[in-house]
Amino acid sequence: MTPRVSKWGDRIFLFLLLCATASVVLLVVLLVAGLFYGAGPAIHQLGLSYITGYYWNPEYGVYGLIPAIEGTLVTSAIALLIAVPLGLGAAIFLTQQAPAWLRAPVGQLIELLAAIPSVVYGFWGLIVLAPLMRNDVEPVLVKYLGWTGLFTSTPVGLDVLTASLVLSVMAIPTITAISRDSIAAVPRSQKEAALAIGATDWEVTRRAVVPYARSGIVAGAVLGLGRALGETMAVYFVIGNRTATFTSLIAQGQTIPSLIANVFLESDTPLERPALLYAGLVLLAITLAINIVARFVLSRSQVGRGAAAE
Amino acid sequence: MKFDRPVRRKVFSHGMTVLTGLAVLVIMIPLASVVYQVVLLGSPVMNVAFFTQQIPQACGRGPGSVCHQGGVIVPIEGTLELIGLSSLFSVPIGVGAAIFAVEYGRERRFARFIGMTADVLSGVPSIIAGCFTWALFLFYDPAIAFSTLDAALALSVLMVPIVTRTTEEALRTVPNSVREAAMALGISKWKMSLRITFVAALPGVITGILLAIARSAGEAAPLLIAGGFACIHPLQGITQETCALPLWIWFGANSPNPNFIALAWGCALLLLLLILAMSVLSRFVLNRMARKMRGE
Amino acid sequence: MAQADETVKMETQNLSAFYGETRAIQEINLRFPERKVTAIIGPSGCGKSTLIRCLNRLHETAPKAHVEGSVFLDGEDLYQIDATAVRRRVGMVFQKPNPFATMSIYNNVSAPLRFNSRPSRGETDAVVLRALRQAALWDEVRDRVDAAATSLSGGQQQRLCIARALAANPEVLLMDEPCSALDPIATSKIEELIAQLKQEYTVVIVTHNMQQAARVADYTAFLYLGKLIEFGPTEDLFERPKEHLTESYITGRFG
Repeated sequence: MTPRVSKWGDRIFLFLLLCATASVVLLVVLLVAGLFYGAGPAIHQLGLSYITGYYWNPEYGVYGLIPAIEGTLVTSAIALLIAVPLGLGAAIFLTQQAPAWLRAPVGQLIELLAAIPSVVYGFWGLIVLAPLMRNDVEPVLVKYLGWTGLFTSTPVGLDVLTASLVLSVMAIPTITAISRDSIAAVPRSQKEAALAIGATDWEVTRRAVVPYARSGIVAGAVLGLGRALGETMAVYFVIGNRTATFTSLIAQGQTIPSLIANVFLESDTPLERPALLYAGLVLLAITLAINIVARFVLSRSQVGRGAAAE
Repeated sequence: MKFDRPVRRKVFSHGMTVLTGLAVLVIMIPLASVVYQVVLLGSPVMNVAFFTQQIPQACGRGPGSVCHQGGVIVPIEGTLELIGLSSLFSVPIGVGAAIFAVEYGRERRFARFIGMTADVLSGVPSIIAGCFTWALFLFYDPAIAFSTLDAALALSVLMVPIVTRTTEEALRTVPNSVREAAMALGISKWKMSLRITFVAALPGVITGILLAIARSAGEAAPLLIAGGFACIHPLQGITQETCALPLWIWFGANSPNPNFIALAWGCALLLLLLILAMSVLSRFVLNRMARKMRGE
Repeated sequence: MAQADETVKMETQNLSAFYGETRAIQEINLRFPERKVTAIIGPSGCGKSTLIRCLNRLHETAPKAHVEGSVFLDGEDLYQIDATAVRRRVGMVFQKPNPFATMSIYNNVSAPLRFNSRPSRGETDAVVLRALRQAALWDEVRDRVDAAATSLSGGQQQRLCIARALAANPEVLLMDEPCSALDPIATSKIEELIAQLKQEYTVVIVTHNMQQAARVADYTAFLYLGKLIEFGPTEDLFERPKEHLTESYITGRFG
């Protein structure tokens, strides 16, 4: 007869693993539930008018999220406008043109950008970038581009534009990394087919490689956007923290995260913190939606990722 | 494509190469600038006092007065406490979920579900993680809603997806032949998963944990929301308001006191060094441990 | 059929195995005589690997795989008892040598002991020594048992895997094309080994190499498209095959 093997080790181990896994799922559930709990009073009293309101006056019980939403959108849009060409360009350079010995070190340097904490970027933005913008860059912009109506306030340095610049720096590593992966996943045959009909390096990249990797690159850009939307500290230091609707790129502003960071600790009216959590819910909804879409696109586009493991 | 101007196309191609190379250089500028500033302004402050003394109180001669430099031992302790606590929460959960997904999630759907959950968590902005745990503690016991414990929990929320993902990947790099060999010897499943497969994946797992620690050590936003701010006095306990290196940077940067600002730069430098150390350590672990396990 | 004076160690009854909806082997009834070498031959895709993996219940660990029918070991239905317990009585050596890369030679061989029971150091040493000798590897590694398992050549690694399987003290040793990844010299060493092993163990070997079956096996089973076509003493099967399909395969008319 076969001797019996004790199953207790297996049972206990499986139980522990299930606890851990359940905790992860629980974390997500609790996250949403907790936020709703904390924001409850504000949702109840303000309803949807919060999302369409323009003013933030806690003493009068007036709360409006429009300025923060506008600021969030504008800073993220500009950040992407800068980060995508730079990130994609760097990715192209690293995968197509750069000599082999250069790829790893430069790649790691770009990863280093991602490793620098947000506060440090904020601090640097405050002390280094903002004065530079105020004294050198923004006067030039006002002088030559003032006609666009986008640069109509006095340069202070701490404004939406500076915040957008800092955000773009933080979005670049994500965009570069994912673009690199997507481009590297393009089969050699595509490149070779283009080369065989006499295309130059750039033409190969532009017409054969990048279109093939397009969905991955877009997903990377969207993920970079997700990152930029949720950024708090870097933005908080340099955006000026003023509740006002968008007038000029070099005016002060705020984003949803910077609003929360700015006001939370000093809140004294009973509805203010719930209102901030309400704002947090809005932000979470946006970033989650963006992330899920981006990851879905990414999983469909990346050749072989994860499939090879099974 | 214009087939009639080959030379022009070639020049254009070279031009684009230069342009993309320029992109890389432009990207390097903020990196260089940040590192330069942090080193420049942070190193003068890094002396023995920096590591051993507390934040100096104002000397009574005005808000900008400086009696002695003082140090940031309180923020350092706070950071260590936060790292310790958040690792304690997030590592078992993240590693456990990953082992479950890879070794027991035989139906691929399950493994993907856990991966998706981790992905959802990784998309949560750090300040929202702080809002979440603050609200949680508000529900449970408002008195400790601003505490080290609360902040550590917020950091765990950020760490769990990193630990889960990297552990999952590390486990997947272990070839299936190892699992089959173990099974064919009649080794029970839990021993195979833990003592054979997991051990083989350990270098990757440790790297992931170090990565998660480096990430959470630099977070300030969740600390503001869930941890409060108590840097002037020594830390009281995990149910009291917290202090950490990023918190001091936030505070010092916005204060008029030049000494506080200087100490904040010191904290920034210390943070960067800490992160660099984690990175070096993880590469070291990856190489040495992997080689030692292969018996070289 | 097995000779009258030989005991049947292992037996399958109406054994069918599936990957999802696809049936890989169909209603196989096979008897494996004790302390003899039985070879399973057939063209690629005939189900021989699937069959052998049903004998130690490894097949069911594949996604969407399931088994119908029974496998008996000394009269006990292996599918009614715990799979882990089964695998301690029925060992396996794989096509590609798979020593534990993170362990030394010694730790590889002692692995089944260390994980499945709590032996003393002396017991472990004795078992490792015996197993390495049985696998004809001892002389080559006696002075470096603490070296990494991956420092061995392919043929040595396969013999290490055999030693490891033997250290678990199985009654039946399954070998799934054990030589197909090895060079001719390593192959012949292992074939010599098999001749020794059958004195103590019942061996079932899957091979795509008919000559190998002719060399090492006492009995041979021929599988085609998941069905058992013929089974008998090796000499009989090769020189006087009863089935037309068998003859076609042996004479090389297909694959």
